[in-house]
Amino acid sequence: MDQTTARSETQHQSVTFAEGLTLDCGRHLGSLTIAYRTYGKLNAAKSNAILICHALTGDQYVAETNPETGKPGWWEQVVGPGRPVDTEKFFVICTNVLGGCMGTTGPRSQHDEHAGQPWGTDFPPVTINDMVRAQKRFIDHLEIGRLFAVVGGSMGGMQVLAWAALYPGQVFAAVPVAAAAYHSAQNIAFHEIGRQAIAADPDFWAGRYWEHGVTPARGLAVARMTAHITYVSEAALTRKFGRKLQDTARISALGDRFEVESYLQYQGSSFVRRFDANSYLTITRAMDLFDLSADYGGVLPSAFAGTKTRFLLVSFDSDWLFPTEQSRAIARALNHVAANVSFVEIKSDKGHDAFLLDEPDFHRTLRGFLAGCAEHAGLS
Amino acid sequence: MSGPKKMRVDLALIAGMVAPKTRVLDIGCSDGALIDHLFRNLGCDARGLEIDMATVTLAVAHGLPVMQGDADSDLASYPDGAFDYVVLSRTLQAVEKPREVLRQMLRIGTHAIVSFPNFGHWTLRLQMLFTGRMPMTKNWSRMWYETPNIHPCTIRDFFDLCAADGYIVEEWLAADEEGARAPWRRWPALANLFGEQGLFLLRKA
Repeated sequence: MDQTTARSETQHQSVTFAEGLTLDCGRHLGSLTIAYRTYGKLNAAKSNAILICHALTGDQYVAETNPETGKPGWWEQVVGPGRPVDTEKFFVICTNVLGGCMGTTGPRSQHDEHAGQPWGTDFPPVTINDMVRAQKRFIDHLEIGRLFAVVGGSMGGMQVLAWAALYPGQVFAAVPVAAAAYHSAQNIAFHEIGRQAIAADPDFWAGRYWEHGVTPARGLAVARMTAHITYVSEAALTRKFGRKLQDTARISALGDRFEVESYLQYQGSSFVRRFDANSYLTITRAMDLFDLSADYGGVLPSAFAGTKTRFLLVSFDSDWLFPTEQSRAIARALNHVAANVSFVEIKSDKGHDAFLLDEPDFHRTLRGFLAGCAEHAGLS
Repeated sequence: MSGPKKMRVDLALIAGMVAPKTRVLDIGCSDGALIDHLFRNLGCDARGLEIDMATVTLAVAHGLPVMQGDADSDLASYPDGAFDYVVLSRTLQAVEKPREVLRQMLRIGTHAIVSFPNFGHWTLRLQMLFTGRMPMTKNWSRMWYETPNIHPCTIRDFFDLCAADGYIVEEWLAADEEGARAPWRRWPALANLFGEQGLFLLRKA
């Protein structure tokens, strides 16, 4: 069943489940392919597995050079030998999310009904819970009965919360970082600008751009640029760029450009080379639909009733996309059910992106929390 | 993990009031020395709440289950009877609403363990009498305009509050500054004069 599938130019390690997956929307995917990477060794008791959940534009290449971009893995500072998520102690798993474009079933995969064609915009809407059910199928395939920990930031944190709610007995420790129990109106609004930018690109062709041999690169780049602003803080942008101009000391003509503009354009253009527009639409929608309490009668604590999972919630004080108050609300909901919760807000001026960056306090906290949990789980 | 460093003597006295294998919440847990001790030596499910973020980060980095929060506003989110003991050491005098905090402690826990610096100690009384100014000692070391201790009380005051709110004092003792047990357990009036700290184990009537 394990195989390596060709998707775009890169080969991704993957496994296909012929029974497919039934989604929250009621539709059934005829087959489910999960692209994944693992690091470290699974112990004999299969008790040292940590699942890392990636964010909106992340992928399974957590701790190694990304084959599509040639850049370091997106969480190499956190996952690896001797790192806070130590691959010398833990068996670390990361799968590309359902709806993604790095090998897991998504809009670029083959259409169930039209052989030889990709799903494109016909791909059914997926939810964070669907992503988690797909991951669960893969974890079952590895015959891991209980994950020692599930860890993720941003949309990855939403998946962590969904894991803890859907499979409480199978998650010993849960670490949602810079996350929220629902996507706020402001979050949805920013996503909608990105989606509209993609739809407005003449190269979008109503989502069937592959038929025309193009990609809606300009729209996708604008989507990325907008989103990128929400990932950083005003302070970080000021520190990095201020009002500095590109190639000149002072404004002499209206054509002069600020450094922050070319930085954003670089962010946009490098993104379109690696990301599929229809995947972007599918995954942003999944985030927008996320509201954990909605599945529990609007009462967030009910999502965690009776949980034995140990939680660590981490927020960053300059993150205005997933602000501390969102993490605190989750912590209080967990208090309501007397769950075991650690909660810290890390000081950083780097905004939402801080969870991906060099934040020693965050890394120390995560390392210590996992060490404490390992002791309680009888791992060390 | 945190090393076997010596625990503050008053924390050792508190630990002596906790039964093994119970559920404990330590409010104002600082670096988590008490919850670490309770987990390691008594097998308790002990957790902490601490207001200072840097201290919380340190405690969690030591593998201890501590969340950032405030005694005045965060206790309301816990369910009734979630803990066997709720501990508040040297913090009661610094909270905004001590009576409400105590009420919450005995709602979410079957027992409350409270320690506080005794404002009725003879050195404070003498200073007040002879200088006519707010007393300053090792326990009360900051000027009135910058002290976090906004609700000082005496051991007798605390007995009165327990009586008024119907709490049963199961155990109490007075301690000196280092926290060593002082020998006035039978006589509250003497304890109030010579004890630098009061330590109480309470339950609801």
